Amino acid sequence: MSPRAPLATAERVLRQLRRDPRTLALVLVVPPVLLTLFKYVFVDQPGTFDRIGGPLVGIFPFIVMFLITSIAMLRERTTGTLERLMTLPLSKLDLLLGYGIAFALLAAVQAAVASAVAFGLLGLDVAGPTWLVIALAVGNAILGMSLGLFASAFARTEFQAVQFMPALVFPQLLLCGLLAPRERMARVLEITSYAMPLTWAYDALARAVTERDPGVKVARDAAIVLGVALVSLGLAATTLRRRTP
Amino acid sequence: MTTAVPAVVVDGLRVVRGGSVVLDTISLRVQPGSVTGLLGPSGSGKTTLMRAIVGVQILAGGAVTVLGLPAGSPRLRSRLGYVTQAPSVYGDLTVHENLDYFAAVLGAPRARLDAAIDTVGLEQFADRVVRNLSGGQRSRVSLATALLGEPEVLVLDEPTVGLDPVLRRDLWDTFHALAGRGTTLLVSSHVMDEARRCDEIVLLRDGRILAGKAPAGLLAETGQTDLEAAFLALVER
Repeated sequence: MSPRAPLATAERVLRQLRRDPRTLALVLVVPPVLLTLFKYVFVDQPGTFDRIGGPLVGIFPFIVMFLITSIAMLRERTTGTLERLMTLPLSKLDLLLGYGIAFALLAAVQAAVASAVAFGLLGLDVAGPTWLVIALAVGNAILGMSLGLFASAFARTEFQAVQFMPALVFPQLLLCGLLAPRERMARVLEITSYAMPLTWAYDALARAVTERDPGVKVARDAAIVLGVALVSLGLAATTLRRRTP
Repeated sequence: MTTAVPAVVVDGLRVVRGGSVVLDTISLRVQPGSVTGLLGPSGSGKTTLMRAIVGVQILAGGAVTVLGLPAGSPRLRSRLGYVTQAPSVYGDLTVHENLDYFAAVLGAPRARLDAAIDTVGLEQFADRVVRNLSGGQRSRVSLATALLGEPEVLVLDEPTVGLDPVLRRDLWDTFHALAGRGTTLLVSSHVMDEARRCDEIVLLRDGRILAGKAPAGLLAETGQTDLEAAFLALVER
């Protein structure tokens, strides 16, 4: 396999994003604004911002990339460019890898900006290394992107695609442990939470935030996140059809 | 010419979509290095037939062979160019950026970009964002991307819709120049006066082939002087 096609695809996706400066601005500005809001909402509860802020830096890219990729792929379907690409010597993997590279880069910038604001301006204090929070954020972005690419196959319109966000992302946010500790949830919810990839993503982030030397367990959690991302990329590939009715 | 190995062979093709028969057991042969016009009213099955030849259509029966290979074979992807009726290019990229991307996917040399832009007459618009171009200009961008790979077979779905007469004439000249170099072209249209510019025409109606022969032969057979009348004569026969 030659890297030419995936790299060209990544470059094309990034050029498209550059033509949409408002989207880029929102991707970069919204997380720091929300983090600032969080800090001052919980200003009376010391420790809360430190507990939630760190993981949030790593979870924003998951949410945003899920939305952006599901709509971007839906557009490829509805404008006929996907059908054209499927008639060209481009493998499905080339296309999905191209998307992966482009959005991972965007996620890295997003997480770096959010971290700079959180750690630099807002005084967020975490025990582990900041680079780990950014690296986990990029991993979570890849997870969000793969789930978004897969989900987009089930949306006919952009209205439907947008609804997949609350349908697939919100339950994971509620159960992952960010808002309430999982061990205090009803048993059935606690067990369900282990089947959700965001739970593992959150655990890795929580370890990076609270443990000075997070080590092996973070690696395990991150491996689970990337494993789920790969599986859903595989599922997304099966939804790209060369022949249609 | 009839002794040459056909570039496209359609044999007993049937396509059923949503429970209704779109193409009803049609057969056809396209000679290499020719321009074949696919004509018929909208809804007659032109696009479906083209999709079957490109290999993106799920078939209910029959077989389609392109350059000796089953339609849709991976090896055909670099040898066949397809331009859909709605321009399938990226509206948020410039003309040049679109061609740049498709050239990279096709593995075509960059030198062909300018030639393709010239062929469709978009030199002054190369750095314009496609979204801001007119409908006819957008469909020419789509056509240019298909020319990049210098395919042996070009399938063009209504490439001249929305174009002014001068540009339409120029494009037809281009089609014949390509055919002169050995490219096989299949061009659909619902404008009958484009039919006379084809080496061979296939008239399609309600998923069946009414006639398939050279324009002159069709006029002689129906005893008409223009193709529009010949088509009507065939329909009412």
